Amino acid sequence: MSLVSIRDVRKSFGQNEVLKGVSLDIAKGDVVAIIGRSGSGKSTLLRCINGLETYQSGSIVADGIEVGGAATNLRELRRHVGMVFQQFNLFPHLTAAENVMLAPTVVNKVSKAEARITAAEVLAKVGLSEKMDAYPSELSGGQQQRVAIARSLAMRPKVMLCDEITSALDPELVNEVLRVVEQLAREGMTLILVTHEMRFARDVGTKLVFMHHGKVHEEGVPKEVFAAPRTPELQQFVGQVG
Amino acid sequence: MSYKLQFAELLPYWSVLLYGLVFTIVLTIVSTVAGVAVGTAGAAARTFGPGWLGRIVAVYVELIRNTPFIVQLFFIFFGLPALGLKLSETTAAFLAMVINLGAYSTEIIRAGIEAVPKGHIEAGLSLAMTKWEVLRHVVLNQAFRKIYPALSSQIIIVMLGSAVVSQISAEDLTYAANYVASRNFRNFEVYLLVALAYLALAMLTRSALRALGRVIFKAR
Ligand SMILES: Nc1ncnc2c1ncn2[C@@H]1O[C@H](COP(=O)(O)OP(=O)(O)O)[C@@H](O)[C@H]1O
Ligand SMILES: [Mg+2]
Repeated sequence: MSLVSIRDVRKSFGQNEVLKGVSLDIAKGDVVAIIGRSGSGKSTLLRCINGLETYQSGSIVADGIEVGGAATNLRELRRHVGMVFQQFNLFPHLTAAENVMLAPTVVNKVSKAEARITAAEVLAKVGLSEKMDAYPSELSGGQQQRVAIARSLAMRPKVMLCDEITSALDPELVNEVLRVVEQLAREGMTLILVTHEMRFARDVGTKLVFMHHGKVHEEGVPKEVFAAPRTPELQQFVGQVG
Repeated sequence: MSYKLQFAELLPYWSVLLYGLVFTIVLTIVSTVAGVAVGTAGAAARTFGPGWLGRIVAVYVELIRNTPFIVQLFFIFFGLPALGLKLSETTAAFLAMVINLGAYSTEIIRAGIEAVPKGHIEAGLSLAMTKWEVLRHVVLNQAFRKIYPALSSQIIIVMLGSAVVSQISAEDLTYAANYVASRNFRNFEVYLLVALAYLALAMLTRSALRALGRVIFKAR
């Protein structure tokens, strides 16, 4: 049974149809790499999965919760579906540890002491034990993004959505973030990543999705798809970025 | 031009003047606390609340920002009794001040809320917080930090503007000055002294607010 099931989802912004019937099945432990040109609807698709965007038709079921319903319990959904953004979006008035502790204390009503133990654990996992009490402005981009990953992990999500999480980083900081993601993948975390890191998509991904003009244009096992792209659009895309 | 300053003639009235000073200080503190609370609620309603509520708040804000304070005060004190709502001078003064600062601070705080990056709000929502939890834990702190200087200035403007409440005989510092001057006719000394008192109050308020800001926003 799939952990996330996307069926024929259509989404428009006004007259502009951005998702034109997208279907995807994601099983537990999958690492799905979504690639495609800018504007092809990758971010919109991710944002539909955790209810940051609404969609007009089709269905998305994540961890047994129907996303698009009028009565959908978005809080319950988002407790199980984490998200990490291109721009980190750390809360600047809180330290790294406080960023991580906020949702567990506010949403799960965990005590501060307990939340801090969890924060120490997840920050250690992303290699930032020393930075618990640093403010975001005192951290490099790569460190900020690792805190953002830890912040999401603290809620113990079943699936994590990552939208170009290395695109805002200086090149020399990309790898420290990718290594963390790779470790999560190895530990069995279900990941849906929009990425421009083709090598990472090929080596770490269990599934590759190429989006083009609001549709899944091609999908399959990353190594096979990269070795022999079937559609001219993907051939051209791989040729340009790879 | 020679005028002999006779400050000694104010001495018999020191308790009146002191009462006025205390009244103005209390009026300022209470209307600051309540006005900023109203402004926070108003700004939250305009940015995070349902559309109809936001529109009601918008009408309130425009109504207050586009009419003179003295007219608002007169309306509350002299006008409302026609509807059966008779308020004492003091209550009317406090109410008018809160309503006035509430409207201005709604606009100021709203600007602060709108300056918070949308991504921070989405990050909060993605962590399963409700939008009110995001407002409370993620947005307001950043918003207040940004608009704190503007809000401080507005509080001082309102403190100085509170002199107008003497016009309905609320017993503030200006009322006390009028009272004393009408009895000992030492207008020059009385109003000079009271002007200096307002100046000192404004400067004190400014540094108190600055110190408070440093305590609240000590974190980077
Ligand atoms: N909030 C929005 N309002 C209007 N149009 C949007 C909005 N977000 C995205 N779009 C449009 O949807 C299309 C797909 O955007 P997006 O999902 O961000 O693509 P990608 O992430 O693949 O670059 C683009 O044409 C973009 O302009
Ligand atoms: Mg995008």
